[in-house]
Amino acid sequence: MSAGDDLAALTAARAIERIAAGDLSAAELFDVYRARAAADAEDLNAFTWVADGPPAELGADACASAPLAGLPLAVKDLFCTEGVPSQSGSRILEGYRPPYTATAVAKLADAGATLLGKTNQDEFAMGSSNENSAFGPVRNPWDRARVPGGSSGGSAAAVAAGLAPWALGTDTGGSIRQPAALCGIVGLKPTYGAVSRYGMIAFASSLDQAGPFTRDVTDAALLLRHMVGRDACDATSLAFPGEIELPRGVDLRGLRLGVPEELTADGIESGVRDAFAATLALAEQLGASVEPCSLPHAPHALSAYYLIAPAEASANLARFDGVRYGLRVESDDLLGMYTATRAAGFGAEVKRRIMLGTYALSSGYYDAYYGRAQQVRTKVAEDFRAAFERFDLLVTPTAPSVAFRLGEKVDDPLAMYLNDVCTVPMSLAGIPAISIPNGLSGGLPTGLQLCGPAFSENRLLAAAYVLEQALGFDGSPARRAAGGGKAA
Amino acid sequence: MIDRAQVLHVARLARLALSEEEVARMSRELSAVLGHIEKISELDLDGVPPTSHVVDAAGALRPDEPCASLPREAALAGAPEPLEQGFGVPSPGASG
Amino acid sequence: MSASDWEPVIGLEIHVQLGTRTKMFCGCELSFGDPPNTHTCPVCLGLPGALPVANARAVHYALLIGLALGCELAPRSIFHRKNYFYPDLPKGYQISQYDVPICSGGRLGDVRIHRAHLEEDAAKLVHVGASGRIHGADASVVDFNRGGTPLVEIVTEPDVGSAAQAREWLTLLRETLRQLGVSDVNMEEGSLRCDANVSIRPAGSDVLGTKTELKNMNSFRYLERGVEAEIARQVALVESGGEVEQETLHYDPVTGGLTPLRSKEEAHDYRYFPEPDLAPIVVDEAMIEAARAELPELPAQRAERYERELGLTADSARRLAFRADLAAYFERALATSTTASDGEASARERRRTLANWITGELVARIGDGDPSASKVDPAALATLVGLLRARAVTPGAAKQVLDVLVADGGDPQAIVEAEGLGAIGGGDELAEVVQRALAADPDAVAKLKAGNMKAIGPIVGFVMRETNGRADGGEVTRLVREQLGL
Repeated sequence: MSAGDDLAALTAARAIERIAAGDLSAAELFDVYRARAAADAEDLNAFTWVADGPPAELGADACASAPLAGLPLAVKDLFCTEGVPSQSGSRILEGYRPPYTATAVAKLADAGATLLGKTNQDEFAMGSSNENSAFGPVRNPWDRARVPGGSSGGSAAAVAAGLAPWALGTDTGGSIRQPAALCGIVGLKPTYGAVSRYGMIAFASSLDQAGPFTRDVTDAALLLRHMVGRDACDATSLAFPGEIELPRGVDLRGLRLGVPEELTADGIESGVRDAFAATLALAEQLGASVEPCSLPHAPHALSAYYLIAPAEASANLARFDGVRYGLRVESDDLLGMYTATRAAGFGAEVKRRIMLGTYALSSGYYDAYYGRAQQVRTKVAEDFRAAFERFDLLVTPTAPSVAFRLGEKVDDPLAMYLNDVCTVPMSLAGIPAISIPNGLSGGLPTGLQLCGPAFSENRLLAAAYVLEQALGFDGSPARRAAGGGKAA
Repeated sequence: MIDRAQVLHVARLARLALSEEEVARMSRELSAVLGHIEKISELDLDGVPPTSHVVDAAGALRPDEPCASLPREAALAGAPEPLEQGFGVPSPGASG
Repeated sequence: MSASDWEPVIGLEIHVQLGTRTKMFCGCELSFGDPPNTHTCPVCLGLPGALPVANARAVHYALLIGLALGCELAPRSIFHRKNYFYPDLPKGYQISQYDVPICSGGRLGDVRIHRAHLEEDAAKLVHVGASGRIHGADASVVDFNRGGTPLVEIVTEPDVGSAAQAREWLTLLRETLRQLGVSDVNMEEGSLRCDANVSIRPAGSDVLGTKTELKNMNSFRYLERGVEAEIARQVALVESGGEVEQETLHYDPVTGGLTPLRSKEEAHDYRYFPEPDLAPIVVDEAMIEAARAELPELPAQRAERYERELGLTADSARRLAFRADLAAYFERALATSTTASDGEASARERRRTLANWITGELVARIGDGDPSASKVDPAALATLVGLLRARAVTPGAAKQVLDVLVADGGDPQAIVEAEGLGAIGGGDELAEVVQRALAADPDAVAKLKAGNMKAIGPIVGFVMRETNGRADGGEVTRLVREQLGL
C-alpha cells in the first residue's frame, strides 16, 4: 500500500493524535482524502461536491491544537454550508448555495473540522437505498452492484471506502443506522433534540437528527462530543446532560440487555439472524444478561412513521415553489408555475410521500391517519419506557437484510419501506441508537443495533465499544480484500 | 382505495402537476401503502393522547432583541426573477 | 317585511400587528416603509433548513391583551401550521394557533370575545403590471420585510348588532390596545385590520342565518359603510326570494360595491397540524403577574369607575374614558376644584358639568387635539365651571370666556372682568332692564298675567339682548314674577 493508503487507514482519533504530536501534517492528510474523493465520481458516486483544495485554516498552527485538528469531514448534502452547493439530493435546489451554515457543521468547524465535500443522498432524505438522488445512485464499496443503504448512502460509502475519515449523516427513520449496517461501519442517531437541526434541510421535523458515520465507536464518540448542545436557533434542541465520554471498558458485566421479540422474529434474513444470535451469545460471555422483552406496538411503528414523516414533509417541502430560490419552470400563471416547477423538480419517491402526507392531513382523513399515527407513537414511546425499567439497553439487528441489488426494490415502495422496520421505532420514541458492524453474511456486512433511554449515549457507546473490540471486525473493504484482520 | 379523483384532488392541494401515467401509478402505489398502514385502525387507542411534541422544552422563547438581517443582495441571490428589489412572480389570479 | 324587521348579526375578526422590536419567529427588526427586502433572514425568507423561535415579548403582549379582554389564559397553548400556497407565504404554511389558543373567552364592552391567538403576518405582494417575461401575463413583486411580523388575531362572538355599533366597538378596542402599549393600531398603516362576518335573521329569532365574510375595509368609515352595504344587500336578496350564500366579499369604498373573492366551495383545506419545530407556550403565574403589573386602567374599567364612583352619566363616562387624553385632563381639572363645603349631590353635579364641558364645548373647539396641550389650563376650566355653577356667568357668557381661553389661555375670572361678561344676577341694574322689557311688550305681559308662562320667552330675550347675555335667566324670571305680582 502507498503512503497515502497508510494515512487513510488511520482512524480519526489516531490521526488527530499524530497531528497534535506534530507527527503528521493536517494539510497533507486533507490532500490524500481530497484526491480520493475527487477520483470517486465514476466509481461509488458518493460525493456531489468536493473541495478543490485545502482550506485556508489548515495553514494555521492553531489547527493542530484544535480538538479535531483540521481533520477533513464529509457532510451530507442536506446540511447547509455557506456558499457551497446544498441541494438535499434534489433537482429542485439546483445551483442553490445557502447564505448560512448549519449549526452542527459550524460547531464541528469551530472544533477544527474541515469540509472535505458534500455527500450524495436520497432526495430530501427519503429512501433506504440512495437510488432516489438527482445525482444518480451511490454504490456499495463491498459490491458495486448493490446499494449502500439510505438515505445517507454517500456518507456511509465514503467512510467505508476510505474516501473520508468520518462523515455526517441524518437519521429520520434509520437513514444513518441502516446504511452504516449495509456498509460495515459505525453509525449513531442521537437522542432527539441533542443536536441542533438548524440548517438541516428538513424532511420530518419531529424525527430528523444529525449523527456521525465513523470507522469505529471511539471516533463516533469523539465526533458526537462536538455536535451536541442546545442551540438558540432551534427551539427543539436540548442541553446534553454532562459530556460525551470516550468509551473504555473490557466487559459487559452488570449490563441488562433486552431483545424485543417483535423486531427479531419475522422478516429478518437468515444470515443476518445468525450473526445476531452469535453476538448475543458473545454478549453473554462478556457478562451481560440477555433476555427477551416485548415492544407490543412495534409492529405498527412503521405504519405510524409512514404517516407522520410524509405529513411533516409535505409541509416542509411546500417552500419549494420556484419563488425565492432553486428551480423555476416558467408558466403563464402562478398555479402553472407552482405545479410545473414542483413536477419537474421532485423525483418520484418525493412526490409519492408528499401525496401520502397531504392525504393523511387532509380534511376528513386527519383523525384516521395522522391523528391515529401520533397516538400509536405515544404507545411506542411508552413501550420503550416500560422496557427500560427492566433493561439498560435493547438490542436488535439493524436492518432485516444485507445490501440488496441496485434496482431490486425500486418498483415496490412497500418493500423498500420495510427496510426500516427495526430502526423506525427508536425514531418515533426519540431515543438514541447506534449500529455497529456485526460480521459478514455471504460476504456482505450486517449490523447490530443498540438503543437506550433518552440521553444514554455514553452507556450506548460504552457497550458498543466492548462488543466492537470483542468482535474484532475490520470494516474496510480494502483491508478485507488484502486479507487483513484487526485494525492497528 | 385512493381513486383517480382523490389523487387529482390531493395533487391540487400539493401543487403537483401529474401526468396521466403518474396519476394511475400514484393511485396504485398509494393504495398499496395505505392498505398496509390501515392496520392501525384495528388498534384500541381510546384515551391515548397523540404525541404533538417530542420535546417539551417549555420556555424555549427568544428575547425581543434584533439580530443582523441579510443584506438584500444575499436575500435575492437565488431569486429566479429578481424584480424591483424584490422577488418577481406571476400575478395571482382570482383563484391564486 | 321592511328593513327594521331584520336583525343584523355581526362578528368581527381583528388582526393586530404587535409593536415588538423584532419579528414573531426571528430576530429581524420590524419596519414600516423601509426599502424592500432589507429586513430578512433565512427564517422569514423560508430558506431551506431555517427554524422558527418564538418571541418572548410577543407572548407577553398576547397575555396583556388577554387580561385586558378578560380572557382565560391557557396554561399551555400550541402553535399549528396552516398550510396553503401563496407568494407572500414563504414556507407554504403560516405558523398560527388552532384549537389550543393562548386566550379564550372574555368580553369588552357589550361584545363577548371568542378567542385571541398569536400568529405571523404574511409578506407584502405588490402588483407591478405587465411581466417582461411572459407575453400577456402580469407580474407581482414580493417584499418580505413585513413577513413574520407578530400578530394577535382577536375573534368576537356575533354580538354586534349594527354597522354603527361595529365602528364604535372597534374604536373602544383600538383605544384599549393603544393604552396597553402593544401596538400602533393604525388602520391606514395596516397595524390594525378588521374583517366582518355578517348575517341577518328575522327580528326576535335566535337562529343564525348564513354569514358572509367582508374583507378589505381599511378605515373605520369604510368598515361601517361596508357592513351597512352588506346588510342592505342581504335584506334585498332575501326579500326578493333569494338565499344568502356563504362567501367572501371584497368591499370597494369608491363604488360602494361588494364583489365575491372566492366562494366557499373553493375554500382552502388548511390541513392544520401541531407545529413540530416549536415547543408549547407554557404560561406560568410569574408571566401572568408580570403582565398584570403592566396593565394600565383601561377604558372600559375607567368608564365604569367614572359612573360608579364619580356619578357621571354612562354616556359621559364613556366619552371621557375612551380617550386617554380627555380622561387625564378631566382628572387633573377635578383635582383642582375641591370645595370644602360641597354636599355630595352638589359635588356630583359639579363633576357632571365639568365632564360635559370637556366632552362638549372644549372638544368642539379643539377637536382631536390633546386638551393638555391646549392653552386651556385644567384649573382654568374647573374655575370656569365653578363660575357657571355659581351663576356668576350665564352659559352663553361662559362659552365666550372659553373662546378666549382657547385662543389666549389665562384666568377665567380675569377674562370675565376684562370683557364685562359677569352675570347680572340681582340689584337695581337688572330690575330696571326687566321693567323696560315688560313695558315694551304688553302682549306678553297680558299672557303672563293670564297664566301662560311660555310667554316669558320674548321678555327674557329682550333682557338678554340688552345685557349682552349677561343676565341670569333664573333671576330674570324671578324679577318678572315679582314685578307682575305672579
